[in-house]
Amino acid sequence: MRADLDLIANFVPHGSRVLDLGCGSGALMRYLSEERGCTGTGVEIDGTLVRQAIRSGVPVLQLDVDNGLDSFADTSYDVVVLSRTIQTILRPERVLQDMARIGTTCIVSVPNFGLWRNRMRLLRGHVPMSKDLPYRWYESPNLRFTTLMDLERLFATVGLRVEERVVITERGRRLRAASPLYNLIGSMGVYLMRPEEC
Amino acid sequence: MATLPEAGSVGLVETQSVRLFTESDPLHLAAGQTLGPVDVAYETYGTLSPAADNAVFICHALTGDAHAAGFHEGSSRPGWWDNLIGPGKVLDTRRLFVVSANLLGGCQGTTGPSSVDPATGRPYGLDFPLLRMHDFVTVHRRLVERLGIRRLLAVVGGSLGGMQALEWALKHPADMANTVMIAASSRLTAMNIAFSAVARRAIMTDPDFHGGQYAAAGVSPRIGLAIARMMAHITYMSEEALTEKFGRQPSGRDAPLGFGVDFAIESYLEHQGSTFLERFDALSYLYLTRVMDYFDPFADVDACAAARTAAHLRFLVMSFESDWRFSIDHSRRIVRHLEQERLRVSSREIGSTWGHDSFLLDLPEYHQTLRAFMERAIEEGI
Repeated sequence: MRADLDLIANFVPHGSRVLDLGCGSGALMRYLSEERGCTGTGVEIDGTLVRQAIRSGVPVLQLDVDNGLDSFADTSYDVVVLSRTIQTILRPERVLQDMARIGTTCIVSVPNFGLWRNRMRLLRGHVPMSKDLPYRWYESPNLRFTTLMDLERLFATVGLRVEERVVITERGRRLRAASPLYNLIGSMGVYLMRPEEC
Repeated sequence: MATLPEAGSVGLVETQSVRLFTESDPLHLAAGQTLGPVDVAYETYGTLSPAADNAVFICHALTGDAHAAGFHEGSSRPGWWDNLIGPGKVLDTRRLFVVSANLLGGCQGTTGPSSVDPATGRPYGLDFPLLRMHDFVTVHRRLVERLGIRRLLAVVGGSLGGMQALEWALKHPADMANTVMIAASSRLTAMNIAFSAVARRAIMTDPDFHGGQYAAAGVSPRIGLAIARMMAHITYMSEEALTEKFGRQPSGRDAPLGFGVDFAIESYLEHQGSTFLERFDALSYLYLTRVMDYFDPFADVDACAAARTAAHLRFLVMSFESDWRFSIDHSRRIVRHLEQERLRVSSREIGSTWGHDSFLLDLPEYHQTLRAFMERAIEEGI
């Protein structure tokens, strides 16, 4: 399983009902179901990945995360996951608002555009590429690039309170929670959040 | 992608008939009346396992029948879902026991409005009781029981068949481990009902309808039924498919231009209308379309109460992009209700230009998805 999925799985309590937005072939859902006794649903737009998830027994809905979340009822899931997907959606603000509405806990993982290597590439005049952003600009599925710092501002705007933040380096090393350099040397961030009381 | 195993035909098949209800042990209809005798026409493909745990029930669409796969003696036309059912196919008859049965109210071997009413000795006609979706289920459940099937591995249906599958799963979730609904609906829209209303009006205003007792008069409302079929058939296609298939080609008939069959599409519809007369009955058309109109299971706020208790049950809902008879929104509505009831549902929206009829076609994305679902179903068992 991908490194961030492992981190996400550790945030998910045993027996939770989980909604995994952008679930791909359902690896996280399958793991959570088999190892953690979780139930729930994946959401994926790519037909081939949906088929793979179906083959592995994960309930999965073929929906566009950007448009299809209205049908999920308020607080109908214990945990809503958005793993390495926020950079591919058109309206991240709306999706985060939906997550806050649907879940009692929200988990988001995201590649950090503010990683020093990306900054260096931009300084040298090139669009950043890295292990976490492996695409050339003209073929990238990524539409919205954010640094961890800016993402946290958006979390605050939509009323998601960060309870825990795990940042890992390119080599997969986990940074200290209070590391002041997280936005510079972090390659990926994983956030555990709760919607603020209205 | 891995190469698929060589897929073949189930070969020669015969439609069987069984009397499931009698005058002394009649069918109790959802609306309260009784009906008997009730005969059911069905076919089976493959072999029921000793544990009776490998059965898949096929629910047919409005004008379908029990002959879903293989060939009848002397015919070169295979059953209507032959591309799906057979050795090595998506519903693999080397592993599965597939059952396909004609609907109650139908005209292809199962008791319907043109069957003889034992009370009068003549066809029921419009004295045949109005049916509900659940009546289809009641009859087919008894067939399943009669065949010695312990629990169905899956109920699979397209269009009206998908609606029957939904009703079956909601009311009797313990009967099956999996439910597959393809191009189905949980509630017809005003437009859907409108099309059926015009079809019914065409039939009932045909001078040969005779208040439903046309058989006694030795005729049938051929013009009305053909028009009903022609119009319905348009709704099963898409503008893109019609353009691709026919465009503005002339019919090629050697007649002066006018109000006859000048275009290929007109010729095609005329053919659809006339061949339909050979295999379908006008009264069945009235009764079965009405069942679809009335169907609205989620109007009952507790529609999913039984299914919620069936922890094993899985749903697959598939729809096609160019389908405007039952658009993708119909399938999304089913998914939304099931998901909100916390049932295990998967959905797949298939890109296809072939409209509602896509569910009858061998579209790779569609068949691969169903294959994936069935492979998982076989692994999980009942």
